[in-house]
Amino acid sequence: MATRQVTLSLAASSRPAPTIGLRYFLHRYARNRLALVGLWVVLIVFSSAAFASVVSPYDPIKTDFGNLLQAPTRAHPLGTDDLGRDILSRMIFGARTSLLAGVISVGIALAIGLPLGMTSGFVRGRFDNFIMRLTDALLSFPFLVLALAIAAILGAGLSKAMIAIGIVFTPGFIRLSRAQVLSEREKAYVEAARGLGAPDARILWKHILPNSLSPVLVQASLATAAAITAEATLSFLGLGTQPPTPSWGSMLNIAQAYLSRAPWMAMWPGIAIFVTVLALNLVGDGLREVLDPRLR
Amino acid sequence: MTRYIARRLMLTIPVLLLVSIIVFALINLIPGDPAQIFAGNEAGRDVVEALRKQMGLDKPMVVRYLIWLGRLLHGDLGKSVRDGRPVLATLLLKLPVTIELAIISLTVAWTIAVPAGVLAAWKRRSAVDYAATTVALAGISIPNFWLGIMLIYLFAVNLRWLPPSGYVEPWKEPLRSLTLMILPATVLGTALAALVMRLLRSSMLEVLGTEFIRTAQAKGLSDKVVIMKHALKNAMIPVATVMGLQLGGLLGGAVITEQIFAVPGIGRLAIESILTRDYPMVQGVVLCSAIAIVFVNFSVDILYSILDPRIGVETA
Repeated sequence: MATRQVTLSLAASSRPAPTIGLRYFLHRYARNRLALVGLWVVLIVFSSAAFASVVSPYDPIKTDFGNLLQAPTRAHPLGTDDLGRDILSRMIFGARTSLLAGVISVGIALAIGLPLGMTSGFVRGRFDNFIMRLTDALLSFPFLVLALAIAAILGAGLSKAMIAIGIVFTPGFIRLSRAQVLSEREKAYVEAARGLGAPDARILWKHILPNSLSPVLVQASLATAAAITAEATLSFLGLGTQPPTPSWGSMLNIAQAYLSRAPWMAMWPGIAIFVTVLALNLVGDGLREVLDPRLR
Repeated sequence: MTRYIARRLMLTIPVLLLVSIIVFALINLIPGDPAQIFAGNEAGRDVVEALRKQMGLDKPMVVRYLIWLGRLLHGDLGKSVRDGRPVLATLLLKLPVTIELAIISLTVAWTIAVPAGVLAAWKRRSAVDYAATTVALAGISIPNFWLGIMLIYLFAVNLRWLPPSGYVEPWKEPLRSLTLMILPATVLGTALAALVMRLLRSSMLEVLGTEFIRTAQAKGLSDKVVIMKHALKNAMIPVATVMGLQLGGLLGGAVITEQIFAVPGIGRLAIESILTRDYPMVQGVVLCSAIAIVFVNFSVDILYSILDPRIGVETA
C-alpha cells in the first residue's frame, strides 16, 4: 500500500499523471485483467443482443419439423430444439430478453430506491424511520420467494417479471443511497453550499448525489447480474418470458423434458447465463476496486 | 446486555407488523375480484357471492386486515384453496423436509468454504488463492437451476450413480435418503460455499494484518496455531452474522432446488401454490419464510453482541 502511494506521488512530480477523471479511472480499471475480460464479454453479449437480427443465422421462432432435436451440425452449430428451431439463433435473441430484463429491473429499482433513500437520509426523523422499517420488512422476505409471489399476482410475462424483480431489488438501493447521504451530508462542502444559501433540493441533487454515486454504480452492476439470473429463474418456472419469445430461462424450462435425448438444449442457454452473469460480476468487482477508496 | 436485547426486540415488532401488512397487501392487491379468482372462472354468481361474504370482502380493507391479523395471532392462516386443508398444518408438514435439506447444504457449504477461505487468505496472491477466488466467483455466478439440471444429466442420466430426484424420510431409509439428498444439497450449497469463502477470505486478511497476530508470531507460535487459534476465531465473527442473510438465500434457493429434485418441502409448496393460484397457501409460505428470517436475524444480532461485547455497548 505504502509503496504504491510513493510511486504515485513520484510520478506526479515528474509529469502530471492523471489522478482523477476518466483517464485515471480507465487506467486503474484496466490494471485488473479479469475485470477487463469481463467488460469485453459484456460488450460482446450486448452487441450481439443489439444486432441479433443481423448476427443470428436463423429466425428464432420459425419451426422446422424436418429437423427436430438435431444434435449440433454444420448447419446448426448448437443443434435444434423440440420444434426444430435453431438453438444458436434462439440464444442470440435470448440475450436481448435477458439483458433487457437485467437493465430494466435494475432501472426500476434505481428509479424508486435512489430518490427515496437519498431523501430519507437527508431529512431523517420520522420519515427516515418509517422508510428504514419498511426496507427491513421487505428485506425479510427471501428475494426469490417475494419475486415469485409478486410475479404470480401480476401474472406471467416479461414486463411483469421485470417489475417484480425491480421491486425486490429496491430496498437494497434505498439502504445504500441513504447510507451514502448520511456520511456525505456532514462534510464541509455541504456546509459550504448551505452557507452560500443553496436550497436543500439543490444541495441534495447537485452536490451530494454526484459524490454518492460510486457505490451505487458498483451495486447496480452486481444487481444487473442478479436480475438476469432472477429473470431466467422466473422464466424457467414459466412465470417470466412467454413462448414463443426466446429467453435463456424458458429455453432451459423446455430443455428439462428432453434431457436424455437432447442434452445440448440444456447446455447452451445455461452457459450463456453463466458467462454473462460471471462477466457482470467481474465488472462489478473491478468497479468496486477502482471506486472504493478503502481498497486503493 | 438485557437492555440491548430488549431494544433489539422492540425493533423487531414494527418489522413483523409491516411484514404482515405486505403479505396481506400481496393478496388483496391482486387485480380483479379476489372472490372470483378464488372461486375460479367457472363458478356461478351465487358461489362467488357466498365466498365474498365468507372472505369478508364486503368489509373495508382495514377491518379485513385486523380480522386477518387477529386470526393469524391465533395460528389460523386460513385454508388451502386446492385441498381445503389448514395452511398451517401443511406448512408444518413440509417444514422439516426443507430444514433437513438446509442443514445438509449448510454442512456441505461450510465444510468446503472454511478451509478454502482460510487457505486463500493465508497464501494470499498464490495459485491456491487465485484458484479459490475464481472458483468462488463462478459459484456465485452459476444459475443454481442450471447446475441442478447439469448434475442430474451427469450423475443420474449419464453415469447412473445417483437417483435423479425424489425424497424419502431419513428415518425410513437412511442410506437412500442420503443419496437422494447429495445432488440437491450440492446445488444449494454451492452458492453458499462461494459466499462464505469470499467473506471469510477478506475477513481473515483483515485480521491477519492486526497487531495481535504479529505479537503471536513474534512469540514464536507456529503458523498453524496463529491461523487456527488466533486469526480464525476473530475472522469468523463477521462471517457468522451473514448466517441470517444466508437463510434468505437458502430459502430462495430451496424453492428452485426442491422443484428440480422433487423434494416435497416449503420451496416446492411455494411454487405449486403460486402456479395453481392457491393464494392462502402463497400467503402462508411467504409469511412463514419472512418470520423465520426476522427471528434468525434477531438471534444472530444477539449472538454477535455476545461474541463481540463492543457491539452491545456501542449501540445500547
